[in-house]
Amino acid sequence: MTTVWIVVGALFLGTATMKAVGPVAFGGRSLSGRSAAVVGLVAPAILGALVVYETFSAGGAGLQLDARIVGLAGAGLALVLRLPLIAVVLVAALATGLARAI
Amino acid sequence: MRESSNLRAGVRAGLPFVLPTIALGISFGVLARPVMGPVAPIVMSICVFSGAAQFAALSVLVAGGGAVAAIAAGMLMNARWLPMGFAVGPSLPGRAFARALQGQAIVDASFVISSRGDGTFDRGLLLGATLPQGASWVTGTVIGVVAGPVLGDPQQLGLDAVFVAFYLALVVEEASRSRLAIASAVGGAAIALALMPFAPPGVPIIVASLAALLGLRRA
Repeated sequence: MTTVWIVVGALFLGTATMKAVGPVAFGGRSLSGRSAAVVGLVAPAILGALVVYETFSAGGAGLQLDARIVGLAGAGLALVLRLPLIAVVLVAALATGLARAI
Repeated sequence: MRESSNLRAGVRAGLPFVLPTIALGISFGVLARPVMGPVAPIVMSICVFSGAAQFAALSVLVAGGGAVAAIAAGMLMNARWLPMGFAVGPSLPGRAFARALQGQAIVDASFVISSRGDGTFDRGLLLGATLPQGASWVTGTVIGVVAGPVLGDPQQLGLDAVFVAFYLALVVEEASRSRLAIASAVGGAAIALALMPFAPPGVPIIVASLAALLGLRRA
């Protein structure tokens, strides 16, 4: 149990520090055209990577192909149909659960 | 600096994320309880409030790994807050400590909601949108911890696909802003896919932020 609490404490401090560094270092400045253009693209770049990561992550290094791909396809379809976010999430979970059950 | 929306507008913008975040919290609570006991997962969701990092640390603990490995896995997933913090920083006013506190409101959804797409961020939306999401994350964790034994295996329910759908919805929203945004999203995904077979978890995501350098082409 001590291990668990060490992990919780360390991640609490670590997360807070990570989130504070950027705002402390770059607070209140205005960005030039170039850096603003780069900064505006950080979100899509990281989110694109997170989609891939959550779909294929194998826990450690490596790729794992499983029913999550069906969930990804289901979510994509729901987004094309312009369903609300909760429906997108539910379709993905249902599709993945069904694919595992079959 | 452009005027920012008020907190209430931010809270409203965060409401669509309430149910999906509760679902994510439930799956964390269900998976965490057998390994972490009933209290630690809830404390963790309150203090750490970083879903991907918590899942990463938990997966190490589930596999029987030690504290150092679990912390490392969590921190690698957390490393994306660095480039995201650099992005948000210029839009936050006040003294250093006040900015550090405001930076705690950076989560994936609030980051997307508050991004104006031109490199600046709407501070009211950033702070406001995080409030309902934080409450949902903790609520979901509590439900998962309490109801875990009844709910069964979250994988069988497909709950691990909730993150996939969540991030897909966010990236589609972001990429709809411009062709360069689409290119960055595809570039980030390609970098992650290329690195994942051999890089430790989290590293592909930080390196993927380099796809944002496509922005240099515009100016």
